[in-house]
Amino acid sequence: MELLRIATAGSVDDGKSTLIGRLLYETKSLKDDQLEHIEQKSKAKGLTHTDFSLATDGLLTEREQGITIDVSHIYFNTPRRRFIIADSPGHVEYTRNMVTGASNAEVAIILLDARKGVIEQTQRHYSITQLMGIEKIVFAINKMDLIAYDSDRFDEIISSIKALIGQDSSAPKEIHYIPLSALNGDNIVDASKNTPYYNGPSLLELIHQLPVNDTVHNENILQVQYVIRPQLEAYHDYRGFAGKVRSGQFKLGDQIEVFPTGGKATIKKIEKYGKEINSISEGENATLLLDKEVDISRGNAIIGNTSSIAQTKAIRATVCWMQANQLLGGSKYWMQIGAQKIQCKIRQVIEKKKLAQKETLSADALALNDIGTVEIQLAQPILALTFDQNKPLGTFILIDPLTNNTAGIGFIQNT
Amino acid sequence: MNILKTLEEEAIYIIREVAGQFDRPALLFSGGKDSIVLLHLCAKAFLPAKIPFPLVHIDTGHNFPETLSLRDTLVKRYGVQLHIGHVQESIDQGKVKEETGKFHSRNSLQTTTLLDTIEKLKLDACIGGARRDEEKARAKERVFSVRDDFGQWNEKMQRPELYDILNGAINAGENVRAFPISNWTELDVWEYIRQENLEIPSIYYAHNRPVYRRDGQWMPVCEFHAVAEEEIEIKSVRFRTVGDMSCTAAVASTASNLDVIIDEIAASTYSERGARMDDKRSEGAMEQRKKVGYF
Repeated sequence: MELLRIATAGSVDDGKSTLIGRLLYETKSLKDDQLEHIEQKSKAKGLTHTDFSLATDGLLTEREQGITIDVSHIYFNTPRRRFIIADSPGHVEYTRNMVTGASNAEVAIILLDARKGVIEQTQRHYSITQLMGIEKIVFAINKMDLIAYDSDRFDEIISSIKALIGQDSSAPKEIHYIPLSALNGDNIVDASKNTPYYNGPSLLELIHQLPVNDTVHNENILQVQYVIRPQLEAYHDYRGFAGKVRSGQFKLGDQIEVFPTGGKATIKKIEKYGKEINSISEGENATLLLDKEVDISRGNAIIGNTSSIAQTKAIRATVCWMQANQLLGGSKYWMQIGAQKIQCKIRQVIEKKKLAQKETLSADALALNDIGTVEIQLAQPILALTFDQNKPLGTFILIDPLTNNTAGIGFIQNT
Repeated sequence: MNILKTLEEEAIYIIREVAGQFDRPALLFSGGKDSIVLLHLCAKAFLPAKIPFPLVHIDTGHNFPETLSLRDTLVKRYGVQLHIGHVQESIDQGKVKEETGKFHSRNSLQTTTLLDTIEKLKLDACIGGARRDEEKARAKERVFSVRDDFGQWNEKMQRPELYDILNGAINAGENVRAFPISNWTELDVWEYIRQENLEIPSIYYAHNRPVYRRDGQWMPVCEFHAVAEEEIEIKSVRFRTVGDMSCTAAVASTASNLDVIIDEIAASTYSERGARMDDKRSEGAMEQRKKVGYF
């Protein structure tokens, strides 16, 4: 069975929780006790229908305010696929949570209220999905029941979404538009009779059809997380470099080079959880054993059989800022790329994005939720890989040394 | 990659991040199925070395004896160190008060003992077996969840998590709860137990036991709750979750092996924590416990 990770985004009252609750209900993922519970709550609220949003709005503060505050993870499956939905809040203040929700997703569902069409939040959500490199986007035009399933209005909304995307040079690979009513169940599982003008798949059909990504990169890189050294007689000289293959693959006998120390060796053994294997590929964990002693520690990378990859100590990156204290030129942070953690200094903030995609403003600081371009100087070298070349190694977080909080996230543009 | 393999890779990556980033981590071990799976994953992550951190068991004193005996067997089998924090001690020290009334349990009392144990052992990270599909407050949990000096979870101030980059940097007095099996479902845990042939406490399998009916649930007869003789029945039951004996309900079942249990769970119309009286107390029971330091 395949696993598809989906991120959902929408504004307050777009009916996102209702949509997810509806998906859970229709796929029979809500158990009797959960269903009983939300039916009882719906009645207590004086509603005549079952309020499916109660299935996901979890926290007390959220119920109090009727909004979603933090990313909620929802699991369900059908006989064909497993789905993980990261349901991200719509509130502008909680954009950082949408980044958390969207970062592992392959598909994003952006909800719109048919009455309101494209609003500022829609632009913001779309631009975050593009920042995160999500290639498949579903625009779910919800609450069609409230505009009497008007096809002209639906077309009008599609045109304004297209206008929004049109300004973007790197448009996503796949875009879908579906007219929905999460409340009434239109186009959720089956084609709705209320939207004869729509010939596409229902939402559930669509998320079954969308292909699951399987990109493999050319460079062979394993980033070391942990050095396994059993303090046991039988494994006296054992030094196993455990980590995840970030890119490409490794096999027995491969020549390797260590980044950044430059040490060279040959792979003597590849182990996976104590068992010997012959090769290992991208996305998998492995423990590599080498034929000679070379200096390797956590955060270093083992690079196999490729002409060596360039290193850099200065990058230009897109940064999304996530804390109240501004990002300013001259300030220092910790930068973490996978398991590598180094000190860095912001050389300068160059510009920040205006909401409407292409436009930028020159700026010398980034405030909470701002997205901008920043030049960063690094205390130690990193592999010169951009986000477009290699997602896991072209992405980083900035950690505020005063609070230890994750202050921002970044995507490497140039090295 | 099939789903179990994807989940195993993700979990072991997280476990190695904990070992790589923290000085004094530990594995919170309750003896239930999730913590047994976690123990096994921790062992796999460091082979051929032993698990480089100890287990911590917060003992409510209201355990199923089967859980305790398997705990001790596993500690020997995996060659790990075990620290036990006793809720009874916290009660004796006057730090917490035993609950009274119907369904009194020591579940919420555990938090104080847990926080004291973390402080005593100077732990900076605790690996836990919480899963996001269990409960709505847990569905909002990060993989690395920072807890302040008071062990509190602040749902509004959670750190963003980008891809698999885990920020384990903390200030003095804080600690991190790490959840490697966040993305596993109940069924995944069972299927993994079957795939890896893991030993779990016998009470997960159907057995005859004296039980009584409370609020539509079969509660095990135990020394902690008085119950009238005529209410007690002997029934074939099993437990779907293993917590404090005084607040964990059984389900009627004759499933005596994993294949049947997995079929039963797949077809079940009741959620897992539906059998936990501690969660049924109020809307947001789990959230409130998490806010004061529960994991």
